[in-house]
Amino acid sequence: MIAIDLAIVWAFIIAFAVFVYVVMDGFDLGLGILFPLFPEKHDRDVIMNTVAPVWDGNETWLVLGGGGLMAAFPLAYAVLMPALYTPMIVMLLGLVFRGVAFEFRWRTTKERNKWDVAFFGGSILATLAQGIALGAILQGVHVEGRQYAGGWWDWLTPFSILTGVALVIGYALLGATWLVMKTEGELRDRAYHLSWVFLLAMLGAIAAVSLATPFLHVQYTERWFAWPNVLLTAQVPIAVAVITALLLRSLAKKYDYQPFFLTLALFALSYAGLGISMFPYIVPQSITIWQAAAPTNSQIFMLFGVAGLIPLILGYTAWAYWVFRGKVKPGSGYH
Amino acid sequence: MFEGWDAVVLARAQFAFTMSFHIIFPAFSIGLASYLAVLEALWLATGREVYINLFQYWLKIFAVAFAMGVVSGIVMSYQFGTNWSTFSDKVGPVIGPLMAYEVLTAFFLEAGFLGVMLFGLKRVGPRLHFLATLMVAIGTLISAFWILSANSWMQTPTGHTVNADGQFIAADWLKVIFNPSFPYRLVHMVLAAYLTTALVVGAVGAWHLLRDRHLAGPRVMFSMAMWMATLVAPIQIFAGDQHGLNTLEHQPVKIMAMEGHFESHKHGAPLILFGLPNQAAGRVDYAIEVPKLGSVILKHSPDAPMAGLDTVPRENWPPVAITFWSFRIMVGMGLLMLALGMFSLLMRLRGTLYDSRLLHMFAVAMAPAGFIAVLAGWITTEVGRQPFTVYGLLRTVDSASPLAAPAVASSLIAFIIVYFVVFTAGMIYLLRLMAAPPHPGEEGPSHEAPIRTAGITPAAGAAVEGAAQ
Repeated sequence: MIAIDLAIVWAFIIAFAVFVYVVMDGFDLGLGILFPLFPEKHDRDVIMNTVAPVWDGNETWLVLGGGGLMAAFPLAYAVLMPALYTPMIVMLLGLVFRGVAFEFRWRTTKERNKWDVAFFGGSILATLAQGIALGAILQGVHVEGRQYAGGWWDWLTPFSILTGVALVIGYALLGATWLVMKTEGELRDRAYHLSWVFLLAMLGAIAAVSLATPFLHVQYTERWFAWPNVLLTAQVPIAVAVITALLLRSLAKKYDYQPFFLTLALFALSYAGLGISMFPYIVPQSITIWQAAAPTNSQIFMLFGVAGLIPLILGYTAWAYWVFRGKVKPGSGYH
Repeated sequence: MFEGWDAVVLARAQFAFTMSFHIIFPAFSIGLASYLAVLEALWLATGREVYINLFQYWLKIFAVAFAMGVVSGIVMSYQFGTNWSTFSDKVGPVIGPLMAYEVLTAFFLEAGFLGVMLFGLKRVGPRLHFLATLMVAIGTLISAFWILSANSWMQTPTGHTVNADGQFIAADWLKVIFNPSFPYRLVHMVLAAYLTTALVVGAVGAWHLLRDRHLAGPRVMFSMAMWMATLVAPIQIFAGDQHGLNTLEHQPVKIMAMEGHFESHKHGAPLILFGLPNQAAGRVDYAIEVPKLGSVILKHSPDAPMAGLDTVPRENWPPVAITFWSFRIMVGMGLLMLALGMFSLLMRLRGTLYDSRLLHMFAVAMAPAGFIAVLAGWITTEVGRQPFTVYGLLRTVDSASPLAAPAVASSLIAFIIVYFVVFTAGMIYLLRLMAAPPHPGEEGPSHEAPIRTAGITPAAGAAVEGAAQ
């Protein structure tokens, strides 16, 4: 019995790590996606400075998501990574470019534009790849025995492209609302404008993905629309509508903080929707969390670490954000 | 294209390539983080400006090297799944938790405090800032602890059983973590990281002393680095010897390959200094050897019998030539480090540490020696444990992902191109930072237009620093 409970506990832990990654690296990847829209050097310096002290910590959640998946659900990790081979490699290479650009662009004057391009290119590639990977997981992969049995281009479908583009839009919205919160003056005005644009695009993307998902598998349709499930699942679109209304209002009233946190709420709801579609599968329609679960003693051993350390990590991460709180002014930087 | 290639060989090449690039950065940043903590502690204790200048100088270099380590490390954490999925399924329950603990106890600690360490001195004050530096330094060491535990378990697996699905499961976590080769590997690697950093710091100091032997910063860093070489190089050689004896006990076949012992020796084995291992013929061609010395070193007795590879089925032989030569390169570098340490001690005792151009040139030439030794040492231990991923239990060919060769070949080429572009640029920026001497009023990695090029004189810099305090 204990094994069943542990699998659910770990599914929530991994889901939590991935969600924290999505929202935290989401806004700094979003800044990369928005970079070409801010061609002026002084704007770009400010944009970079809003995340320079924290981007590395944000990305660590991705390592926890991957490492945690390997440790808690090794079978899922072993099936999904080869299935998502190309998107994963592209994501990693994108993150290499975008990560080094944080440091390299300050070390050169001549080549700064090249690293700005690397920052943009790496960010958008990594985001596309993550979105495509998400779509590829949702549409399911071909499994035989304990191994992935499909080809190395199976992930590429119109649906996975849709989810890839949707995530680019979503991260751009996170980035734009982050800038609203962290900057001022003319830069912030443009960030408001971009928030409008990407919010509308994001609503379109949420609608498109939501409409397309039930057609992937009959199980998804039943999960969302069968009686009495629908009583519960209908709460999600209703909540999306409420959050959207609040978000539109906060943008209209030019609030500083609300747009970002409401966008986070929008992400959380979309993420909950994904969870509703997938549960209890970790590889949809092939492998459940119980089938993929690591042996009990591995999961228990790690549970001690997670229970003790995650609160501590959240604590000192919050402190780091607190140290660098407030608006980043042009020319002030961090000395 | 690539249809005739073996996907497993390509996956191994990819792991070797990405790992070799990656290890360079942690090897440097483990040592540098500790060095920065020492510099900041000295500054807080003495208030001498030279220490904070050196701190800020090396902090800029640390920031660039650390970023490269982070991005190349994320690649590693996903490569287990992409290219070695069968391994991940079978071994994930044992080494997965060790790596998860590395993330939880080390990576978050480093990343969480890095921002404050790099940009936060003025915001949080010197004491809290020192705490952040200390956390980053401790984080790098905790990281080494877990990842070397995972690696060592793959070399000398203990404390596990196998379940019905063919997965390894831990029976006793303490035995898994503190497996027989782990303490030796941990000590050997951490010392290697400290030496690697000391050689870089020493070379940079020497480089600037060659131009002007009166510069305060370069004098301090050169002296500190040479103390490290003097004291730690002999300890490292001793630690390496102990690690070798541990390997002889648990992975004797690796030692046979390192020593080039194809044949068994009943009455004392020779030490083969050099030669060309011939794996097909099972002998070392053109061997230059010292009779009985192999048994003296490994068994502490000239006539002790030593088994050779002729006692091992051929399908369990590691690639002997690579193991044999990489081991010699590592040992050679270690001996050169010892020579540098002793030479500098001699000059120090004669009072010419800052004047001996020969010593400074030697130190500059030794800048890459630590990296070469680290790479050669890892090649020795990783190639020497072939053909297994989990020693004696899971073969490398049975560990790979069910991928077609073109997929692995394409990603390998992509990694090679991207790494060469990115890390070449990074190296140039690092060398550029090191080419300028530290000066009074040194700035940290402030993310602003480089003020130095605007022509701030040292005096003005000192005035800025004075005003800020």
